[in-house]
Amino acid sequence: MGETSGLQVVVYVLIAAAGTAVVLSRELVKVAMMLSFLGLVLAVAFLTFQAPDVSLSEIAVGSLALPLLILLAVSKTRSRQG
Amino acid sequence: MTARLRMALFLSSMAVVAAFTGWGAAQLPGFGRYPGPYGDVIDRVGVQQRRATDLVSAVNVDYRAIDTLGEEFILFTAATGVIVLLRAMRDERRRPDEEADPGRERPGTTDLIRAAGLPLATGIGLLGVYVLSHGQLTPGGGFQGGVVVACSPVVVFLAGERITVRRLPPTSALEVAETIGAGGFIAVGLAGLLAGAAFLQNIAPLGSTGSLDSSGTIAIINVVVSVEVAAAFLLIISEFLEQALIVRPTGGRGGG
Repeated sequence: MGETSGLQVVVYVLIAAAGTAVVLSRELVKVAMMLSFLGLVLAVAFLTFQAPDVSLSEIAVGSLALPLLILLAVSKTRSRQG
Repeated sequence: MTARLRMALFLSSMAVVAAFTGWGAAQLPGFGRYPGPYGDVIDRVGVQQRRATDLVSAVNVDYRAIDTLGEEFILFTAATGVIVLLRAMRDERRRPDEEADPGRERPGTTDLIRAAGLPLATGIGLLGVYVLSHGQLTPGGGFQGGVVVACSPVVVFLAGERITVRRLPPTSALEVAETIGAGGFIAVGLAGLLAGAAFLQNIAPLGSTGSLDSSGTIAIINVVVSVEVAAAFLLIISEFLEQALIVRPTGGRGGG
């Protein structure tokens, strides 16, 4: 896999931890927050592989758009139940 | 199916997935050792040919602009689909007493949040304009800049000025902006045909490398894409907000 820097190893561990946290979270709001964090860590990973353009897109979609849509959908279903 | 059986099934299939993933990852070429010729060619000739210093943007909206055109229309179609679906739902649920329902007042915010929201929204908007207008020079471009710009009104909404947001970008204006953005991309492509070149060929004056007006159609396409993306993103968000947040019981916002 070529040379791997220390920062990349840290990012790998964080990706695994954040991804596991997303899967293990039972509370949907927590899922959205962890997903946002996972997007941020992935953005840092892309940055360490010298792909800043992809990194910006990942922040936009993974950290902002997707968690926001999940939050809104959760809020919608809750207001229906209540 | 019992929980134990399910766990056994999960673990055995995960072992197979992990084995194949590990095997595939081991076969990957090392970082920076991609054997294809295109990256090296673009690296060598891109800056001279297009006077754009961000070659990722140059590939996305010039060399392979037709791919990006297709991607833009994926977003366009998605936004249109969301609007169509949610409008039908909204008409179903429309009630005359919806606004006046005492149990559905909007949650209040503090002055501090409102005071922090405005500078934050201004800063985010400016950052978005910077990212979209410097797409040909530095990392970023129309897509990223458009999403950041669209986040600015969302911050205003979150800070509690939701009535303003509800009126500021009316859905019809956003739809027009989205159409102009999507049509602008095609118009730039057709301009190439009219000039006697190919569809989406870079026929605009290239300017000097490193300046804001450099790189011809790359800068123009970044701007029209950002209009399309910002409008589509805001449309989706505002449709969802109208569905989910503007009318909701005060007790239903906790949990998290």
